[in-house]
Amino acid sequence: MKWASLVLSAALLAYPLLLPDPFYLDVGLSFLLVALSASAWNIVGGYAGQVSVGHGMFFGVGAYAPLLVFNLWGAPPVAGVPLGIIISLILAVGVGTPTFRLQGHYFSMATIAVAELIRILVGTWPLVGAAIGLQGPAVGRAWWDLTFRSELPYYYLFLAVLALLLLITQQVERSRFGYYLRAIKSGERAARSLGVPVQRTKLYALMLSAVFTSLAGSLYAIKTGFVDPESGFGLLISVQMVIIAALGGAGTLYGPLVGALVLIPLQTATNDWLGGGGTGLTYILYGGIIVLLARFEPGGLHELWYAVAPKLKRRLQRKERPHAA
Amino acid sequence: MLLAQVIVGGLLLGAIYALFSAGLTLIWGMMNFINFAHGEFVMLGMYFALLTVLWVHGGPAVFTLAAALLLFLAGVVVYFALVRHVLRGPMLAQILSTFGLALLLRYTAFWIFSANVVSLPQTSLSGVVNLGGIFMPLPHLVAGLAAAALTLALHVLLTRTSIGSRLLAVAEDRRAAMLMGIRPDRMQAIAWGLAAGSAGLAGALMATAYPWSPSVGETFVLTAFVVVTLGGFGSVLGAMLAGLIIGIIQALSAFYLGAIYKDVVVYALFVALLWFRPQGLMGKA
Repeated sequence: MKWASLVLSAALLAYPLLLPDPFYLDVGLSFLLVALSASAWNIVGGYAGQVSVGHGMFFGVGAYAPLLVFNLWGAPPVAGVPLGIIISLILAVGVGTPTFRLQGHYFSMATIAVAELIRILVGTWPLVGAAIGLQGPAVGRAWWDLTFRSELPYYYLFLAVLALLLLITQQVERSRFGYYLRAIKSGERAARSLGVPVQRTKLYALMLSAVFTSLAGSLYAIKTGFVDPESGFGLLISVQMVIIAALGGAGTLYGPLVGALVLIPLQTATNDWLGGGGTGLTYILYGGIIVLLARFEPGGLHELWYAVAPKLKRRLQRKERPHAA
Repeated sequence: MLLAQVIVGGLLLGAIYALFSAGLTLIWGMMNFINFAHGEFVMLGMYFALLTVLWVHGGPAVFTLAAALLLFLAGVVVYFALVRHVLRGPMLAQILSTFGLALLLRYTAFWIFSANVVSLPQTSLSGVVNLGGIFMPLPHLVAGLAAAALTLALHVLLTRTSIGSRLLAVAEDRRAAMLMGIRPDRMQAIAWGLAAGSAGLAGALMATAYPWSPSVGETFVLTAFVVVTLGGFGSVLGAMLAGLIIGIIQALSAFYLGAIYKDVVVYALFVALLWFRPQGLMGKA
C-alpha cells in the first residue's frame, strides 16, 4: 500500500506540470474538490455506515460563510472559513444528536430534510443573497484575498487539504476510534454490547466529516468567487459525494479518489456530448449508477477488484503453465 | 370564515398525504425499509393519469384506476428487481437503492415531460361547492374525500382480511410465517404493490385538483417522512391522523407565512419530532 500512496502523491503533484493546459487544470481541480468532499462524506457514510444524503448542507455552509463575511464586512473570504466550520458543527450536532439514538434510517431521512430546509431558507433570505447568491472580491486587494489569476495555486491548496484529510483518515483507521466505527458499521447492537459508546462515536464521526465538507465548500467558494443556493446546497452536491465514495468503495481510504477518477472524466465527457442541457441527463446517469451499485456491488470498485483480482491471477497462471511444462 | 376555508383546504390535501404516506408506512413497518422513491411513485401516478386522459380520454374513474394498477405493477417489479436483493444487504445498499431510483425516475420524467408545470385538462369534475359558507372546488373535495375513504379501506384490508393477516404475519416473524405456509417473498411483493398503488392513487387524485411538475416527488417523500414519523411506525390509522394534521399545519403556514414557507415549517417539524417525540403521536415511549 505504501508504494501506491507514493505513486499517487507523485502523480497528483506532477499533474499540473505535465498537463499545464487550462482545461486539464480545471478537470484536475474538480477532481480534487469532489475527492475531498467525498472523502469527508466517507468518514461518516463509509467508515461509520451512517448514510447521509444531505451532506450538501455542510458544503453550502462552508461555501457561503467566506463570501458572507466579505459581503458584510469586507473581510477577506478566508476569515469566513472558521465561521463555516462552526455553523457546520452546530448543524452536525443538531442533526446527529436526535437521530443517532434511533435506527439508521432516521439519520438519512433527517439529513435530506434538513438540507432541503436550509436550501429553501437560504434561497429566500436577502442577507445571504436569496436566490441570486453571493459574490466574492472581483479583484484581489492583497494576497490574503486568495484571488489568483492562475489556477495553479488553487490546485496545490486543494491538494494540501485533501492530503491532510487522507492523513487524518489514515490515523483514524488505525486508532481505537476507527475500530469503534467499523464495529458500529458491522453491527450496532453487538458494538454496544461490547462497550462501544455508539452514539458518541457516530456523532464525532459526523462532526469530523462536517468540518472537512465545510472546508471543501469554502475552498470551492474562494476559488470560484460565487455561490448560489443550487451550487452550494443543491441536491447534486449531496448526490455527488455519495456516488463518488460508493463507486470507489465506501469505508476505504482511497475509495473516494478512485470514484472521482472514474466519475469526473465520465461527467466531463457526457457534458461535452450533451452540451448545456446535460444536467438532467447527468442526474439520470448518476441515478442509474447508484441503483446498479446498490443492487450488484455495494462495496464499489474496491470490492469488485478483490472479487475479480484472484480469478484474473488464476487465469494468468493457467495460461503460463503450458510454457513451464 | 376565511380561516375555516383554509383549514378545510388543508384537511382535504392532508387526506391525500395520508393516502400515500400509508404506503410508505406499510413498507416501513413490514420490512423496516425506507423507500426514498415513494414521492416519485406519486409523481408517476400523476403523469399516468395525464397520459390516460390524453390518449384514452378516460374519465376520473378510468385514469385513477389506471394509475393505481400501473403503479401496483411498478411496485411489484421494483420489489423483485431491486429491493429483494438489497433487503438483507448493508445499510448503504438499502438507502442507495431507492435513493438512486428516485433520481432516475425524477430526472427521466424531467427529460420526457420537461420541467413545465402541467395540470389535467378540464374533466367532468368541475365547479365549486358551497359547504355552509365555505367554498371548495369540487375536484379538491372529491379528491380529498376519496383519499380519506381509500386510506381507511387500506386500513381495513390490512386488519380485517386474510391477505392483511398474512402480510402482518410476515412483518411479525418471517420464519414463523413461512412455517404457516405463507410465502414471505410473495407477501412482500404484494406490500410493495399496495404501497406503490396507494401512491399512484394519491397521485391521480391529486392531479385532478392541483397542478404539478416532475420535481414534486422530493417534496412528497419528505412530507411522507414527517407524516409517518408523526403517525408512528407502521400504523395506517396513525398516518391518516398525522396526514390531516400536517395538511392543516401546511395550509396555516402558507396562509400566515407565505406559500414558500409551507414546506419549511413541515420539515422543521420533522426535526423537532426527532428531537422530542421520535415514536410519534400514537407510539409508546
